[in-house]
This record gives sequence, C-alpha cells and structure tokens, in this order.
Amino acid sequence: MTADLVLEGVHKSYGQSAVLHGIDLALAAGEMLVIVGASGCGKSTLLRLVAGLESLTAGRVLLAGQDITARDPAARDIAMVFQNYALYPHMSVFDNMAYGLRIRGRSRSEIARRVEETAALLGLGELLARKPRQLSGGQRQRVAMGRAIVREPKLFLFDEPLSNLDAKLRVSMRAEIRRLQRRLGVTSLYVTHDQVEAMTLGDRLLVLHQGRAVQLATPMEVFERPADSYVAGFIGAPAMNFLSATLLPGGGGADLGPLGRLEFADGPRPGPAGRRLTLGIRPEHVALDPAGIPFTVDLVEPLGSETVLIGRLPQGEMLALKRAGGPPPAETLAIVLPPAQFHVFDAASGLRLDPARAAG
Amino acid sequence: MSGCRDWLAHLVLGLGAALFLLPIWLAFCAATLDPAAIDRGELSLVPRLDHLGVFLEVLRHGGPGVGPVWRMLAVSAAMALAIALGKIAISILSAYAVVFFRFPFRRTAFWIIFVTLMLPVEVRIIPTYAVMADLHFIDTFQGLTVPLIASATATLLFRQTFVAIPDELLEAARMDGAGPLRFLWDVVLPVSAANLAALFVILFVYGWNQYLWPLLAATSPRLDTVVIGIVKMIGIDTSTEWNKVMATAVLALVPPVLVVVGLQRWFVKGLTEGEK
Amino acid sequence: MERRTIFPGWRLPLLLVAPQLLLTLVFFYWPAAEGLWQSLTRTDAFGIHTRFVGLANFAALFADPRYRSSVAITLVFCAAVTALSLGSGLVLALAADRELRGRDLYRVLLIWPYAVAPAIAAVLWLLLLNPQIGTIGRWLVALGVHWDYALNGTQALLLVIVASAWKQVSYNFLFVLAGLQSIPRAVIEAARMDGAKGFHRFRTIQLPLLAPTLFFLVIVDLVYAAFDTFGVIQAMTQGGPGRATETLVFKVYQDGVVNLDLGSSAAQSVVLMGGVILLTALQFRFLGRRVAS
Repeated sequence: MTADLVLEGVHKSYGQSAVLHGIDLALAAGEMLVIVGASGCGKSTLLRLVAGLESLTAGRVLLAGQDITARDPAARDIAMVFQNYALYPHMSVFDNMAYGLRIRGRSRSEIARRVEETAALLGLGELLARKPRQLSGGQRQRVAMGRAIVREPKLFLFDEPLSNLDAKLRVSMRAEIRRLQRRLGVTSLYVTHDQVEAMTLGDRLLVLHQGRAVQLATPMEVFERPADSYVAGFIGAPAMNFLSATLLPGGGGADLGPLGRLEFADGPRPGPAGRRLTLGIRPEHVALDPAGIPFTVDLVEPLGSETVLIGRLPQGEMLALKRAGGPPPAETLAIVLPPAQFHVFDAASGLRLDPARAAG
Repeated sequence: MSGCRDWLAHLVLGLGAALFLLPIWLAFCAATLDPAAIDRGELSLVPRLDHLGVFLEVLRHGGPGVGPVWRMLAVSAAMALAIALGKIAISILSAYAVVFFRFPFRRTAFWIIFVTLMLPVEVRIIPTYAVMADLHFIDTFQGLTVPLIASATATLLFRQTFVAIPDELLEAARMDGAGPLRFLWDVVLPVSAANLAALFVILFVYGWNQYLWPLLAATSPRLDTVVIGIVKMIGIDTSTEWNKVMATAVLALVPPVLVVVGLQRWFVKGLTEGEK
Repeated sequence: MERRTIFPGWRLPLLLVAPQLLLTLVFFYWPAAEGLWQSLTRTDAFGIHTRFVGLANFAALFADPRYRSSVAITLVFCAAVTALSLGSGLVLALAADRELRGRDLYRVLLIWPYAVAPAIAAVLWLLLLNPQIGTIGRWLVALGVHWDYALNGTQALLLVIVASAWKQVSYNFLFVLAGLQSIPRAVIEAARMDGAKGFHRFRTIQLPLLAPTLFFLVIVDLVYAAFDTFGVIQAMTQGGPGRATETLVFKVYQDGVVNLDLGSSAAQSVVLMGGVILLTALQFRFLGRRVAS
C-alpha cells in the first residue's frame, strides 16, 4: 500500500490552547477516510490544515510524496466542498465551476469541455446558466461538488457537506458521494459529526476526541471493537449502556455489585483484583428473557420496525434496549445481559481491555 | 377598522408628500413668472408654459452675479463625481486591507482613520484652509475635492460589508487559486454591489450639496458650483431676479434627485443594511 | 472584527491603506494639529508676530457673551431641528409601515428631498416665507402677524429651523421605516396575541426595539444641524438679525474668514471638535457593539 496523503505529528495551537495534539495518518491512494467526532474535537481544524487554510504549529503534511506543509492552498492541488457550499453568489453555475480553471489559465475550450462533462456527471446540465440563489439546497450541494471535481485534484476535502440538507436528501446525496468517489478514485478526507455518514461512507474512520486520534480503523471494527469507552459511546445509536464493575481475582470475571457477577466469555482480563472497570453493552444486545432480572420501562420510543425502551434496573441503573417490533406488552419486563456481548474498559483510562493472550 | 387606519395613513403620507412637493412646484412656477410680478407677491400655482425659455436662458447666460448655469452644473457634477468615486476607491482599498490581512500597525491604521469618522470639514475649516494654502491648492479643482475625499464613513461601511462576507467564500477562492487582488475584483466587489451603489448615492449627494468648503476654497467664478451660484444670485439684495434664481434652483435639484430616485432601491438597501 | 481566514503578507495591505492614511494625515491630523496650535497663539494686527498665549483664547471665548449666546442659539437650533425632523420622519414612517396601495410611490415622493442641498432648501423656503414675495409670508402678514424675519430674531430662527428640518425629514423617514420593517413580524404577531393594541403596542414593543435606530438618528441629526446648515443660514439670514441665527459654525466662519481673528476662530474650532468627539464617543458607548465588534 502506497500512502498518498501522509500526516506526521500534526500539532495545532492557538496561543496557549492546543487544538490538535499530534495526529499521524496515512491514506492509501483512492481511499476515503472519514474523520468523525463531536463538535470542537478539532476535526475541521485538521481538514483546514490539510487544505492550507491554516498553518501547522508542528508536523508535516505530504501529498503524493511531496511535502506541502508550507504551500499556499492554491498550489496544493486540493479541492474542498464546504458545509455551506460557499458558492460565489454572483456567478452562474458554469462560472462557479470554471473559476478555478480560469485562474489556472486553462483554455476556453478545455474549460467548457470539463465543466460540461462534470455537470453531466452530476446531472447539472440544465442548470449551468443559473445563479446559486435560483437553486435548491440539493442542487447547490451538487454544484459545490462539481466545483471540486472539475479541477481533477489530487485530494478531495469534504467539510460536513451534507449537514445543511434535509434528512431525505442527505441519504441520497450520501450514496451519490460514495458512488462518485469510488468512480473517480480520488483520495478523500471527509469530516462529519454524523455517525451514520461516517459508518456508511468511510473506507476507514478516524475518531477524534479532544484533539487526539482515539481510533483509526474500518467502520465495522470501530463498531465491534471500540478502542475506548468514548468511542464505544459515540458510535452506535442509541448509545452503548455502561455499568460500573470491579475485576474479580484472576481476571476471569467482574463484580457488578447488586447485579451479581459476570464471567467474561472470551477469557480473563489483566490487572489486579478490584481494578475498576466500565462494562459496556449495546442496547440491541440486551435480550428479553422471563428468567432475567426485572426492568422497569420509563420511556418507549417506537421507531416502526423496532422499538427503543429506556428504563431502570432494580438498583436504579439506567439502561436502554432495542427490540424488533412494536412496543412491549408490559411496563415491567425481565431482561438478561448476555456475557458474550460485553465490552470491557478500564474505568480510569477508558481504554479497552482485551483478554490477555494465553502465554505460549 | 383597518380601512379607517389606511385612510389615516394615506392622509399623513399624502400631506407629507405635498409638503415636500409644494416648495418645488412653487419654485418651478415662479421660474416662469415675471420678476416684477414675483416682487409684487403675485406668486401663482400655475406655471406659464410660454415662459419655459427661462431655463435655457440661465443655462446659457446665467443670471446676475454668476456665469452660465451649465458651467456651474458641470463643476458641481465633476466635483460630486470626483468626491464620490475618489472616496469609494480609497475606502474600498483600505477597508479591504484592514479586513482581509494582518499587517503591522493594522489596528493603529484603522483607528487613525476611524477617529475622523464624525469630524466634518466644517469643524476644521479654518486650519484646513491654512493647510491647503500651504499646499497651493486654493482655487484649484484638487483643492475643491481632495480634502472632502478623506473621511472614514465609507471605510467603515465597507469594512462592515466585508466582515460579513463568509469565511468560506474566501477559502473557496483561495483553493481555486485566487490571489488577493483577484478576489477583490472577482468576488468582493460584485458581492458588495448594493453597498457600492448606496454609497455612491450618498457621496454624490454629499459632494453636490457642499457649500461652505467651496465658498472658502474656490473664489474664482470658474469654480463656482451651482449651489454657490444660487446663494450668490440672491445675495444681490436690491435686484434679485427671482425667476432666474428659481430656474437655477430647479436645475440644481435635478441631477442629485435623479441619482437618488434612480438608484433608490439600491440606496435604501445598502444604506439601511450597512449602517446596522 | 477578526476573520478566520485571511491572505498572507503585509506589503500589499500596507500599500492598500496608504492612500487613505495619507489623505487622513494631511487633511485631518495636520489641520487639527495646526488648529490646536493656532488656538494657543495670538497673531498681531499686522499678521507678523505670533506668540504663544496658552489658554487665553479659550478664556476669552468663554468670557465673551457673544460666544455664549451663540452656544445657546446653536443648542436651541439643533434641538429644534432634530425634534422636528425626527418627529416628522417617525410619523411618516409609522404611516408607511403597512401594506398600502401606492406605497412605493409614497416612498419615492418622501425620499427625494434627501438630495436637496441645504442652501437650496433655504432658497425654496424663502419663496414661501418671505414677507414680501412668499406665499405663506404674505398670508401671515395679511392675517395681521408682524412677520418679518429680517427684523425679528425669533422669527428668523424659526425660519432657518423649518428650512433645515424640512430637508432632513427624508433621511429620518428612511431609517425609521427600515428599523420598523426589520422588527420581526413574529414579535408584532406575538404582541397582538397578547392583546397589545395601537399606541400601547407601539410604546411597549416597537419603540424599545427602535431605540437604537432613534438614538443613531438623534446623533446624525444633531451633527447635521450643527454643521451642514451653514448654507441655510448664509442664504436666509446671514446670521442676523443682530446675531439671532449665528450658530457656532457660522461664527467660526465669521471670525476666521470675515474678521480674520484666527486665534479665536481656531479656539472655536477646537471646542467644536471636542463636541463632535464627545457625540461620537456617546454614540459608540451605546451603539459601539454594532460597529466595533
């Protein structure tokens, strides 16, 4: 795998406050990497550093083997799709798309050809003479994409490009972005706070939390083996349930207090007895079972094909569960927490605890 | 109930409009009357259409104490245009620099300009005259216009417009490869068109209506503006030819009123959005 | 005032501010400094010797009853012009702030006087109010009023106030109307749901929301009345009769240009500048967030 975009130890501070604490990253050619995180985690800053709109405090950015850290944005051969589209309001769709090519001194005929090709690709052929204010939100979004595509850049940057669209359009544009990116094969960085976008669009995800990369992996791996309790809580809806526990002597299980003892299904965790743990279980893994512990339902959220129930365990622990079908028959149910579905995290650091490898 | 209120509104607005129009209409009528009849107080609300020649006459030959009115109109127009365009040009450049760059003493520069915001030329008229005399600018067209070009209002207005331009637009342009001057010309100016038009109206009217400074800075009849000319005409107490004075007044009103009414839509939009 | 993104470099921006900075320094700061210096000196009758006199010019100024009466006249004049033009503008704007047939026509008819030069407004009003030739003037005389502003100082002041205010109504109308229209419809509708009606609604909802606009207009009108009305006075009364319409700016001109008393005139300019700066500071104290943020 040849790395196309490489970030090495990228730091960014504004005065005393550090926003990014050393990000390392390598994207393969043609890869779509989604940077996801809550607002204020530094994801947009990271994108703007790659674009050259801000300068790094420390570190390097390499694109196709060249160090572009100190280069002007115009000289980086990168195109960006902005959250609010940033179309030039006084220019037609054609001129919006042609502007970058004109500045680069391309011939009229080449500009016309490339703009028309791109417009056809995006279904904008009929709209080339219109001004942005005469377009719908979805059409503006396409023009913003077209403006990036027409330049045939080495790298695409997407800064929450779908967040200004309504829910339905968002789904269809998501699919379209995926299709186009695959087809054009251009390496892409995509920033979003929406976990559905992150899961569906990315070849890999980078989860950012308070300026640090907490996990870099495929979407399924992030979902199935979250690197820490933050990621575990951030990815997945409704969010993962967390319970406090302590490690039992020998590491083979956990003491959940009044809820009883849990025996780890996949092997013992390291650490001294009494180590404080956070146990996580996803709502969809909580099962109804007449032989289980009582669960008092406080809130029912029917979603049609499935239903989310939020309620309490006997000792007052809040818990969410998701079941197929409609609302449950009763206000008090009985549930079981299948041992195999638990994620184990260190309570102090939040880090995932995997079973200790059986020695040799 | 709302019908009754509309009726009241029509009454108020109609009365206001009439109060504005009445003096002009009277002036127009007076222009077509005999000066002797005016002196006798025989003003009429009906113009004598066979006497419209008085407008041509003042345009060609002027009146008592002043040269031809076409000449004064030309001086006024040149002065108003020079002031409006000059102010717009220097203000755009300085506002652009202050908003879109960081440079040493940027804040200092801004405050140096900003402090002059409300210091009209009338306040510093005598010392400005002295400085102009030192520069040998008295009785020149530059002297008439340049001191009025320096003021902060336009700079402040443009600064406000520019600050409101979304960051993303600049970012998109930078990624498209636009440099600072290109961005100014291709994006900032077209986007600020309404404010440009509004400011042009304000400054054109400001320039056209100047009185005290031209009175002081240009004594030669060659540089008489039409506003100066009119006051000169009524200054000759004993033999004021009121019909010619009124004809000149009407002519002097036409250009700035046309500018205001013609660009009204932009003017209202740019002015009210800009000041807030 | 900070943007997230900017252009790099410092030479180009310095070049771009240079013209305005240069003009400002030459035509504002240099005259201001010169004025300040002149206000502290006195030149002899032959214009040969100039000596430093400290604050003597200012002391003489404030001791001069003529100057004090000019201050009083200016205050009355400015207050009257502001009240008259702002009040009329407010009434007209309230009438125009509704769906009304011919609204655009009314707007044109009410805006155009903005373009009229104060000096020309004066000439137009002479035609109405002159006791010999003016329509209203003769009418007043016929009614038995002793209307002659060439002799009666109060009447002369009234004359210049009316002519000055007349021209300024448009500007006030325009801004108040824009201010009224920028009040969100939802706020008015909520007030209607709450049962607020007519004048009560105006006083409790629209007026407070309009306050910043009105305050801005008061300052603008005061500055207009104080400085832009020289032409009106020069055309109508030349400061007379006696000194009944001699405002501060008119007096600066009289003393500096006509009487050539440069020291006193400069001291008066400095006082005026102080006044303007005070007004500006007041404005930014209240509206500063809008402009400086």
